[in-house]
Amino acid sequence: MPQHKLTQLQELESESIHIMREVVAEFRNPVMLYSVGKDSSVMLHLARKAFHPGPLPFSLLHVDTGYKFKEMYEFRDWYVKEVGAKLIVHRNEDAIAKGMNPQDFGVARCCGALKTGALLEALEIGDYDAAFGGARRDEERSRAKERVYSMRDSFGQWDPKNQRPELWSLYNGRIHDGESVRVFPISNWTEMDVWQYIREENIPIVPLYYAKERLMVERGDHLIPAEEGQFLLEGEEPKMVMSRYRTLGCMPCTGAVRSSANTIEGIIEEASIATRSERETRIIDHGSNSMEDKKKEGYF
Amino acid sequence: MPSSNQASNQASNQASNQASDQEIELLRLVTVGSVDDGKSTLIGRLLYDTKGAFEDQLQAVRKDDGEGANGIDLAQLTDGLAAEREQGITIDVAYRYFSTPKRKFIMADCPGHEQYTRNMVTGASTANAAIILIDARKGVLQQTRRHTHIIGLLGLPHLIVAINKMDLIDYDEATFNRIKEELSEFCARQNIHDLICIPISALAGDMVVDRGDNMSWYQGQTVLETLEGVEVSGHIDEADFRFPVQYVCRPQTKELPDFRGFMGRIASGTVKVGDEVMQLPAGKKSKIKEIVTFDGNLDEAFAPQSVTLTLADEIDISRGDIIVHADKAPQIANEIDAIVCWMGEEPLTPRKKYHIKHATNTVKAMVSEIQYRTDINALTQDETAEALAVNEIGKVSLKLMSPLTVDRYADNRATGNFIIIDSFTNNTVGAAMIC
Repeated sequence: MPQHKLTQLQELESESIHIMREVVAEFRNPVMLYSVGKDSSVMLHLARKAFHPGPLPFSLLHVDTGYKFKEMYEFRDWYVKEVGAKLIVHRNEDAIAKGMNPQDFGVARCCGALKTGALLEALEIGDYDAAFGGARRDEERSRAKERVYSMRDSFGQWDPKNQRPELWSLYNGRIHDGESVRVFPISNWTEMDVWQYIREENIPIVPLYYAKERLMVERGDHLIPAEEGQFLLEGEEPKMVMSRYRTLGCMPCTGAVRSSANTIEGIIEEASIATRSERETRIIDHGSNSMEDKKKEGYF
Repeated sequence: MPSSNQASNQASNQASNQASDQEIELLRLVTVGSVDDGKSTLIGRLLYDTKGAFEDQLQAVRKDDGEGANGIDLAQLTDGLAAEREQGITIDVAYRYFSTPKRKFIMADCPGHEQYTRNMVTGASTANAAIILIDARKGVLQQTRRHTHIIGLLGLPHLIVAINKMDLIDYDEATFNRIKEELSEFCARQNIHDLICIPISALAGDMVVDRGDNMSWYQGQTVLETLEGVEVSGHIDEADFRFPVQYVCRPQTKELPDFRGFMGRIASGTVKVGDEVMQLPAGKKSKIKEIVTFDGNLDEAFAPQSVTLTLADEIDISRGDIIVHADKAPQIANEIDAIVCWMGEEPLTPRKKYHIKHATNTVKAMVSEIQYRTDINALTQDETAEALAVNEIGKVSLKLMSPLTVDRYADNRATGNFIIIDSFTNNTVGAAMIC
């Protein structure tokens, strides 16, 4: 008698596929948020698996701030074409035209306009009732209590005290007109799961995740990319540092880490001995309750 | 650019032959207990000692008075929301992740205080094992019996009882044995077959991850060893095959003009190409033609794999139908009895109509009768009950507006459950297990 057993990655994969199929079956007009990062790469790969041999039954939506790394745009355009997906790019053109940036307006306002604002705008224009996001519960402590189906009111806002209990593998997708859900199919994945899955499935990722000599400035504990120069403070001297990115966000607000990991193996090894969480290099998360507050306003 | 990235990706793939990562199994567990029992300290200890918490997360909860593990308030590690930290309690189920070289763990961390039943049922519904905490000084309390009863109702295969704060009773073996005996007796009446009692001190770290030096009289496994050892996927081969259809795939493309595949996740059992199957509720029969996946077709598949099935004959199948082996069919029901854990603010009352979601099917239902309400403290049944209020449990009869294909929860945990949805607010208001 054969022993039927799944590895934990296979089980996570199956759970994510189940979630995606539920959403496509029960919602009128779903969309998949695609941020170009490693979690998005995994989510997109899972979606292809979920609906094989059919095409993806939804579009990808990239909420672009205009401040992403050049390599991210190149990778996005190449990969989306490679897998035959339909991509919608949305930017808050008003705010971009007004010169919104984190240095003059502050990180909170800049994120509010270019990310949260643009996202809500894009969801409204597209009339989507469900949006897949690549957030994971292990990322940050207010996320540990997030549901797989995160209910949002007609303003896209999250009320932590009014979320539906999720039992067994039954997801309640009934909503009123104007309401929507954010769906997190990789909720139960950890950073390590994501890297191991990328290795096992040979999923392409943006080269910024791999270490190489990059032009950086040191600001406190952070390594800030200086390749385009415009975000430097007075007196900062850029220099070449062997480094890579653990997470990818906007260039002015994403720090790098010193690293020589230039293969997936190297990254996995680093992740397995990491003593600091990946979101530490995201400037937006710091300050008390900042993720919780942003989620209430409509952020992922 | 992308091609060089792919090249390095492939190169590293060839270099890696780590079989160990590929054999790691997943264990979902639920932990129950109140703050006073030291639950957060235990979880903090597991996260800290297995390095499931990062330094910057630890820094945010570092205490100045040097207590706990190297001055870290282990309990603070697990309180996620600002409101919880302010009140010093846990409001909602939180999910935690940690792993050892043998297993990955997904832990649903349930508060013991407010709305305990709702949260506990939610956390336990997906779990294969539970950890209940007991304060060794207080022994088996009403709360312990309540928690144990719910674990039994939800049919979890394994119950681990961590008898905590052994340091405060001088690691006394006799006290541990007395509590263990009382529990064994109680569990035998609660549908719990695998009870494991472990004496621990979460604060000092005894018998959680490390054995410590204080309880040489205890020969059993530590909490972590137990979690690494309990059986996860033992009964897949014996279970009946159940395949709730989620989505029908009809690409109608040039390459696949006639493909018609039934997408779903195998809820239980196994299936092979060539198997005689039946679609329910209509009862039409056919054979499995292919088991399609992105990675190629399979000869055989098993729970909980997500696959796409094609059949030899063109029979009408849509979302909500269940595909089963023709000789092992579940029952088609127009009326069902179920144990219901009520979670709605508005009480459940007879003649009220709700939506219920079972597997991939949502139907309307009416409460025809409340058979009894369980007094969760005395564990007696009140047959005169006229309503179930929030956090109450009882047995309820429902009339279905359209038939459902169901199993008894005791026979099949995957297809014996459903949720109750308030038709007006759309909120999930009940969790139910079919009798």
